[in-house]
Amino acid sequence: MQEILSDYDVLAAFWGTIKLSILGTIGALILGTIVAVLRLSPVRVFQWIGTWYVNTFRNIPLTLLMVFSILGLTFILGLQLNSEDISSNVFRWAATMLAVYHGAFICEALRSGVNTVPVGQAEAARAIGLTFGQSMRHVLLPQAFRGSIAPIGSTIIALIKNSTVAAVIGAGEAANLMSVVIENEGSRFSVFLVFAIGFVILTLPLGLFFTSLSRRLAVKR
Amino acid sequence: MSASVLFDAPGPKARRRHAILAAVGVVVALAVLYVVVRKMQTANQLQGFMWEPFLTDRSVWRDYLLPGLWGTIKAALISITLAGIFGLIFGVGRLSTIAPIRWISSVVVEFFRAVPVLIMMIFAFGVYTRNGVFASDINPLAAVVTGLTLYNGAVIAELVRSGVHSLPKGQGEAGLSVGLTSGQVLRSIQLPQALTAMLPALIGQFVTVLKDSALGTAITYTELLTWSKTLGSAFSNTVPAYIVAAILFITMNYLLSRLAVTVEKRLNRRGKTAGGAHLDAVPLPGAPPVMEAAAEPSTTGR
Repeated sequence: MQEILSDYDVLAAFWGTIKLSILGTIGALILGTIVAVLRLSPVRVFQWIGTWYVNTFRNIPLTLLMVFSILGLTFILGLQLNSEDISSNVFRWAATMLAVYHGAFICEALRSGVNTVPVGQAEAARAIGLTFGQSMRHVLLPQAFRGSIAPIGSTIIALIKNSTVAAVIGAGEAANLMSVVIENEGSRFSVFLVFAIGFVILTLPLGLFFTSLSRRLAVKR
Repeated sequence: MSASVLFDAPGPKARRRHAILAAVGVVVALAVLYVVVRKMQTANQLQGFMWEPFLTDRSVWRDYLLPGLWGTIKAALISITLAGIFGLIFGVGRLSTIAPIRWISSVVVEFFRAVPVLIMMIFAFGVYTRNGVFASDINPLAAVVTGLTLYNGAVIAELVRSGVHSLPKGQGEAGLSVGLTSGQVLRSIQLPQALTAMLPALIGQFVTVLKDSALGTAITYTELLTWSKTLGSAFSNTVPAYIVAAILFITMNYLLSRLAVTVEKRLNRRGKTAGGAHLDAVPLPGAPPVMEAAAEPSTTGR
């Protein structure tokens, strides 16, 4: 186990995973919020667009998105996110596709948060004379946000694990290094353990954090 | 509907505003569509010979897409079956009254939920090819099934546990009070109800398995994605081939998600089981169990 850690730059690979996850998470949160606003808006056309986005990207394999981003978008359509550096182009596309895919799940997480707010809350807010903006700001959105912390947490954890899919297009992250190590050293259990434990370290504390956060902020009803 | 929580019924002014916004939305959507089509056209991806084979050439389906679909479905079916068995064993293990069994099951389940599927697939593939565990043409399938089974089995174990936990306490207590042992209570009272309530979540999990089976392309398993890549080079229509593969995946998974919703509605209407197992009710990795069931039915399976 030690020689794997000394012979290969495992930490750098996991740093790639972390960078990919952070970029993907930021993108997914932004995209997911936009799509959630579309889906929750009272305008029918916006709802259709939002629903289309969710149904499309939630049901497509992330692997296909990743492969398509390089073999289809970069090579054939010539859409490059960094035309000078190939590996940077791959990395950026991987982060983009992580964001696009998980944006659909973030949207659904936010929507499920809104669904936890009872209608009576909105009615009560309007009954005491709050305007639309006020009732949103002070009554509905705070509750909706608290209700969506747990599903957002599980989406982010899934995103971290799914960042390994970027290995399919050769982005520099943990699963990519792991297949190199296995190629050289053979499929030893210690190799698996090093990378598996790395992901346990990345995801387990985050899971505990989101659970305690959603408990602490849970709306008492 | 959620919309009624956030918005009042629109008056004449709001309705006019909505109409304007809708028009803007249509224009923006059409503009995006135009940019995509334009881009495809300038890259020569809209030529007839690239798209026609999907309608006219039988061999596209017979030799590429259908074998691909079969590869995907085969891996998914084997995996979900084995994952169900794995999940049942370890889910029940986590509910056991014997502490060591509970601990071991917990460690196994939490570990496999935290490790990415691809990591498990790559490792399993390495082990199988080096040691010749299976015939060399079955190794990729075996590795795909191994990865999918371990991960989804762990998720199903959590579903089993949260399903049993979300049953009303009275169910278990009634069983104990008529003299059943705790094992009998679990087997004959709690599990049957929990498993029925789990059905929609299980279908949702099948969608995940179908999607994740595409990871097999990384370890040379020939499923739909791999075959569409081959198709793309054979007919020099890479982009159309991927788009058709994507449509196949989306249609399959969308229909399954709809089925999950239908089953869930039917179960709710029957009202036989209180609560139910939802993915939303499954705690995050490493978290203590969430006792309360999700307040709202989960939208669709993940």
